[in-house]
Amino acid sequence: MAVFWTNILLLVLLVFILGLVIKTRRLFAVVILAGGYSLVSAAMFVNLDAVDVAFTEAAVGAGISTVLFLAAMAYLPAQEKTTRPGSAFTTIAALVICVGAGLLLVMAAIELPAIGDPNAPAQIHVAPRYLEESGSFLHIPNVVTTVLASYRGFDTFGETVVVFTAGLGVLVLLSGFTRTARSTKRDSEGEDGQ
Amino acid sequence: MDNNPILRVAAKILFAPIIVFGLYVQFHGDYGPGGGFQAGVIIAAAFILHALIFGLEAGRRLVPAWANVAMLALGVIIYGGVGVAGMALDGLFLDYNVLADDPSTGQHIGIILVEFGVGLTVTGVMLALFHAFAGFSESRFDAGGGE
Repeated sequence: MAVFWTNILLLVLLVFILGLVIKTRRLFAVVILAGGYSLVSAAMFVNLDAVDVAFTEAAVGAGISTVLFLAAMAYLPAQEKTTRPGSAFTTIAALVICVGAGLLLVMAAIELPAIGDPNAPAQIHVAPRYLEESGSFLHIPNVVTTVLASYRGFDTFGETVVVFTAGLGVLVLLSGFTRTARSTKRDSEGEDGQ
Repeated sequence: MDNNPILRVAAKILFAPIIVFGLYVQFHGDYGPGGGFQAGVIIAAAFILHALIFGLEAGRRLVPAWANVAMLALGVIIYGGVGVAGMALDGLFLDYNVLADDPSTGQHIGIILVEFGVGLTVTGVMLALFHAFAGFSESRFDAGGGE
């Protein structure tokens, strides 16, 4: 029961932070609030016994991405641009779409098995084999690591390649790692020399 | 920020322990929460802290751009290399059982190497992202400098 009420408290906190993010116009405050949002989600994952996910969320969401956002923010104005409110029709249409999508999600969530239900489809397929084998046969107590790096090693390979490609993309776009950027530089140097 | 003595001293004290903690998370992932993704981010955080306090130039001297790009690629190569090594030893791609005589030892070796590859790539990407964003205005006008 304590877990349930802690989760409710954390969820209320998340909604509160979300409200602040929507309300505030100062980008610096928004970035810091987003870091706080990640930290609260990490606390929620710990509460749900998903420590590995919580660890990642705290390190990536609350840590690195806050710093990256701050670094990127240096090229933006300090204030968010205020847009004039739309017509009554667009407001109502947006409201209907939001409420409709929310209702669909709630309806789908009702059908989900309860948290920790041993008879949930996700728990009865291959999970029992992983849980039994990892400790006794492979002698690796952390099943999350076994699943991530061994049983689902191919997926993780794909993930690593995705991270690699994303990093490469940013390098090409922002750091001038392209051939055109270099040749432009060479051309301008040549002009300077003449 | 490089004139604030409190920040400088704190950064100097924290730099090494953060890296040690990152290595602990990296190689203790079999037994506790953690692994390559988290460790990569933590180790990158140490270098980013250094660059934030002592300046981008100092950060680039510590991890030059070429080393950074090499880290990105090396991580993926290590991961893929472990997979190919499994194939070379008459196993399937990413089959760790054949890496040692004992399947359990093979799994340990495979997982540690693979997590190391993930950690390298993530550290490299995070550092590259930070330097790309933080040094964007300079690089735009001085593209491919240093050549």
